Amino acid sequence: MDTNQLEQNFDAKLARNESIEPKDWMPDNYRKHLIRQISQHAHSEIVGMLPEGNWITRAPSLRRKMVLLAKVQDEGGHGLYLYSAAETLNISREELIDQLLTGKAKYSSIFNYPSLTWADIGAIGWLVDGAAIMNQVMLQRTSYGPYARAMVRICKEESFHQRQGYEIMTVLAKGTAEQKAMAQDALNRWWWPSLMMFGPPDEKSPNTANAIKWKIKRETNDELRQKFVNQTFPQADIIGLKLPDPDLKWNESKGGFDFGTPNWEEFYNIIAGNGPCNKARISARTKAHNEGAWVREAANAYAEKKKAVLA
Amino acid sequence: MKNEGLFNYLLRLADTNLILGHRLSEWCGHAPYLEEDIAMANIALDMIGQANALFQYAAKTEAKGRTEDDLAYMRNEREFVNTLLSEQPNGDFAMTIVRQFLSDVFDFHFYESLKSSKDEMLSALAVKGHKEVTYHLRHTTAWMERLGDGTEESHSRLQKALNELWCYTDDLFELNEGDKRLVKEGIAVDPASIQNAWIKTVDDVLAKAKLVKPAGVWQQKGSREGIHSEHLGFLLAEMQHLHRAYPQAQW
Amino acid sequence: MAQDNQGMLWEVFIQTKPGQPHRHCGSVHGHDRELALQNARDVYTRRNEGTNLWVVPSNLIVASSPEDIGPFFEPANDKVYRHPTFYTIPEGITHM
Ligand SMILES: [Fe+2]
Ligand SMILES: [Fe+2]
Repeated sequence: MDTNQLEQNFDAKLARNESIEPKDWMPDNYRKHLIRQISQHAHSEIVGMLPEGNWITRAPSLRRKMVLLAKVQDEGGHGLYLYSAAETLNISREELIDQLLTGKAKYSSIFNYPSLTWADIGAIGWLVDGAAIMNQVMLQRTSYGPYARAMVRICKEESFHQRQGYEIMTVLAKGTAEQKAMAQDALNRWWWPSLMMFGPPDEKSPNTANAIKWKIKRETNDELRQKFVNQTFPQADIIGLKLPDPDLKWNESKGGFDFGTPNWEEFYNIIAGNGPCNKARISARTKAHNEGAWVREAANAYAEKKKAVLA
Repeated sequence: MKNEGLFNYLLRLADTNLILGHRLSEWCGHAPYLEEDIAMANIALDMIGQANALFQYAAKTEAKGRTEDDLAYMRNEREFVNTLLSEQPNGDFAMTIVRQFLSDVFDFHFYESLKSSKDEMLSALAVKGHKEVTYHLRHTTAWMERLGDGTEESHSRLQKALNELWCYTDDLFELNEGDKRLVKEGIAVDPASIQNAWIKTVDDVLAKAKLVKPAGVWQQKGSREGIHSEHLGFLLAEMQHLHRAYPQAQW
Repeated sequence: MAQDNQGMLWEVFIQTKPGQPHRHCGSVHGHDRELALQNARDVYTRRNEGTNLWVVPSNLIVASSPEDIGPFFEPANDKVYRHPTFYTIPEGITHM
């Protein structure tokens, strides 16, 4: 079959909403786009363990401690599922990790903000996981089979993440005056970064057009962002917290909220490595990777010695 | 207090589970590879879960209106009675594995014996704990063998960790006067009764891991009376500070 | 330092209830069989999902190719006589 024919078959499959599987022919750019997107997603899960992981040892009750540990552990699992999905595209986990540690691959800019107080753990679960879930629910129908299947599993696990965060915020908002202030402060700091999680506005998003064409993404950045604002407003309202946006108001004609513009200059700077925690995050990952090297070597040496594999 | 002995015994078990689970949870996000990150969190969750149940039971036994969180977050360094081994810092992965392994072997035989406690609640917790620790021990044993018989570096790191932690092993078997009474009543486990089993299991694994058992090591003791290494104070400061900073707060 | 080695890739199959077939649920890395099995347990059975696990080295799985769809599977399309609905039996007959 010539490339034209293959390409036509591929397009026809997408048109029929059939999933693309690892051994199927796919355009080179589709493969590249997927590797970039899936690995970026995987790295985000792994780096995302850090800001929340900071608070596991300080969680204020045994229940919160267990929940947070289980939650952060889940994020590690998500990274693992996604690395595996990327590996079906003929790239190894070793290469993927190398790309993260050398700065060749990106991860979600949100994890370069610091988690300063316990309320941040509430805000992250509620807003960051909330925004992530919105994206992930869409990706359950993404065109690449292994990615879609990883997403189905992830979405199932995510179901408690947002709730535990919102529960933390609810308890704080109904708690002492200091606790309520802590909750509002965390919301103020995490709100705009959460809106940025959906990516730049559609007209400035270089990859959106292809992602939609290939049915990797099924909704645009702006569509998802709008949905998120609409769904979050009442959640904040009901627990007596205020979204920190003076331009926020209901727009009857579009059946949704109008809202202000995130600081995109800050967004691009964080992506460029200038966020408050970029260096700390990558150095934490690098340290874990380097300090674990002798362990992985030992496991490998033992396996070689014992020929345990298929002995 | 009528049940002071039992209360105090429960704290020993709860504190050890909490402190060791807490130590393991410090690894979250920093393990040698992703699968191990998840594995260590599983063990930590089992241990903190066990601590939670034991604290609840202790609070009920004490019957002074304290909760599991009061017991975990509002007691001071000298009131904690966890084992010295459990509070030792994570160090490198070899230190963590040796610490966990030595403790798992103890718990494995301890829970086995505690299953026949005359205290129904303790016996039920032991059944659960024994299942959990059976897996923990399988995991740490696998790592003892692999690190011990892996590379030269891993072997020497593991041997070094074993040498450093060996001085805390007798402390695992300590008991106080209250514990002794509970042993007589068939409620508590006499640690002396599981010591041979502990030694045998440890020896078997050390042999497979090609490690030399440290000999003639002066043993540190005192945790049963709340005498700790300096590490515990820092651990508690970190663990308890938020809870204590807002004494009126619910979380 | 030797080249980084994250362990081999294994495919994980999980049985969710006794008597049920094992189903593919994902992959894990592991340097040998025991670690792969333990890793599968730690990663894929945290929510009470399992009663039994298989792990299989990914590179040992033999898979058919997309090009095989025609020759492999389409010839079965017209073998309607393999299905019970192909046969006519008198009305009122049950247990068949
Ligand atoms: Fe996640
Ligand atoms: Fe999540």
